[in-house]
Amino acid sequence: MLDFSFLDLDEYDLFGAFWMTVQLTVASAIGSLIWGTVLAAMRVSPVPVMRAFGTLYINIVRNIPLTIVIVACAQVLAFRLEITLGAGPDIDDRNFRLAVLGLVAYTSTFVCEALRSGINTVPVGQAEAARALGLNFTQVLRLVVLPQAYRSVVAPLANVLIALTKNTTVAMAIGVAEAAFLMNEMIENEARPLEIGVLFAAGFILLTLPSGLLLGRLARKLAVKR
Amino acid sequence: MSDAPLTKDSAANPPPADALVVLDSVNKHFGALHVLRDINLTITRGEVVVVIGPSGSGKSTLCRAINRLETIDSGTITIDGAPLPAEGRELARLRSDVGMVFQSFNLFAHKTVLQNVTLGPLKVRRQNKAEVEARARTLLDRVGVGNQADKYPAQLSGGQQQRVAIARALAMEPKVMLFDEPTSALDPEMINEVLEVMRQLAREGMTMVVVTHEMGFARSAANRVVFMADGRIVEEAEPHQFFDNPRSDRAKDFLSKILQH
Repeated sequence: MLDFSFLDLDEYDLFGAFWMTVQLTVASAIGSLIWGTVLAAMRVSPVPVMRAFGTLYINIVRNIPLTIVIVACAQVLAFRLEITLGAGPDIDDRNFRLAVLGLVAYTSTFVCEALRSGINTVPVGQAEAARALGLNFTQVLRLVVLPQAYRSVVAPLANVLIALTKNTTVAMAIGVAEAAFLMNEMIENEARPLEIGVLFAAGFILLTLPSGLLLGRLARKLAVKR
Repeated sequence: MSDAPLTKDSAANPPPADALVVLDSVNKHFGALHVLRDINLTITRGEVVVVIGPSGSGKSTLCRAINRLETIDSGTITIDGAPLPAEGRELARLRSDVGMVFQSFNLFAHKTVLQNVTLGPLKVRRQNKAEVEARARTLLDRVGVGNQADKYPAQLSGGQQQRVAIARALAMEPKVMLFDEPTSALDPEMINEVLEVMRQLAREGMTMVVVTHEMGFARSAANRVVFMADGRIVEEAEPHQFFDNPRSDRAKDFLSKILQH
C-alpha cells in the first residue's frame, strides 16, 4: 500500500533535517528552562515590579501564536533592527538563532507556569525553615524551594518538551531547514503526501517517545518523599 | 480576682541589663482578629521561658513574631539590643542568630540529615566545609541521631526528625532558640526523647522560648511560665507558683481542665 521507493537519501538529507530539529529542540529546551526559571522566580518574588513584569510577559507571549512570535523575531529583530544575535553574514545561522529565540520566548512561558505549580507543591514550612536559618530570598528559592519544585514537575515539563519538539516545525516559516521544511519540499517534488507524512510522523515519534518515557521514569525516581 | 492582665508594665520597669529579647507593646491583627494585644515581654540571657495557653491564644504567633516569620502591626521587638529589621539582608542576619524549631519539623525533604544541618553554616555563615561537617556530626551525636546522618528526613521517625531540626538550629550557634510546639505533632512515646534534648539544652544555659502543651516540661525546665489567653499575656510566674497557685481565674480555669484527668 505504501511505496517508499521514491526515497533517495542522497537527494533528500533526511537525517540532516531531523538533526536540525534536534538542535533546535535542545537549544530551545535549555534556553526555555533557564528563562522559564527566571520568570517563575519573578512571579513568586516579593518585589511587585518583578511580579507584574512576569505576569504581563506570560499573559502576552503565551497567548500569541508561535508562528507570529517566530516571524516577528525575524521581521522585527533581523530585518528592521538588524539584530543578528551575533550570527555574522551566514543567513542559515542567523535564522537558526532567531528561531531558537522565538521558541525560547514562547516555551519559557509554559515552563514558568509548570514550575510555578511545582513551587506550590512545596510545603510553606520548607521556605519558613530556610528563612529562619537566615538564608536570603534567592538562596531560599535556589537551595530549598526550586530543587523540590523541579522534582515535582518533571512529568509536566516532559509534556512541554514534547510540545517544543513538535513546535520546532514552525521554524520552517523563517526558512530553517529542519524536518518539516524538508517534508514540504519532498511533497512538492514527489507528490506522495501519504508516504511522506507517515515517514515524518514516524520520525517525530521516534524523537519524542523515548524522551517522554525516559522523563517519566526520571519523574518517579526523583519524586521527593515526605 | 479579675481577668485583668497581671503582667508587669515594661514602660514602668525598664528591661534588665542582660535582656536578650524584648517585646514592647506588640500588637498584631489577622483581619478582624486581634491576635496579639499589647504584649510586653522581656527574656533575659540564659532564661527558659515557657509559653502556655489555650489554642488560638496567640502563643505561636508570638513565637513566630520574634524572628519576623509573622510581621507585627505596632510595637517593637528588640533582640540583643537591636530592633528587628524589616525585610532584607539585615533581617536574614538576625534570623541566623535566632534558632527556630517548628511543630512540623520542616526538615528539607530533598537533603540528607547531614545536609540539613550543614546548609545554614555553609550558605549563611560561609564557614569551612570540613569543620562544619565535623561540628554537624557532633551535634547529631549529641541529639542521639548520629547514625542517621546520611538518611533522608522521610526515613526517620517524627522524634528523630525533630531532634535533627534542633541540631539544624543549633548548628548556627544561635543566641536564642524558639520552639513552636515542638512535640505537638509527635506520637506520645517520642515526645520524651525530644523533651530530654530540650532539657539538656536548658541545663547548658541556652536562652529558650518554648511554646508547648507539655506541662511536665514547663514545671521541670522553665525559669518562668507565661500564660496567654485571647492574645494577652494573662499571667507570668515561676513554674511552681503558676501551677500550684495561679493568680488569674483564666489560668485556674485552664489548669483545671488540663491537670485533672
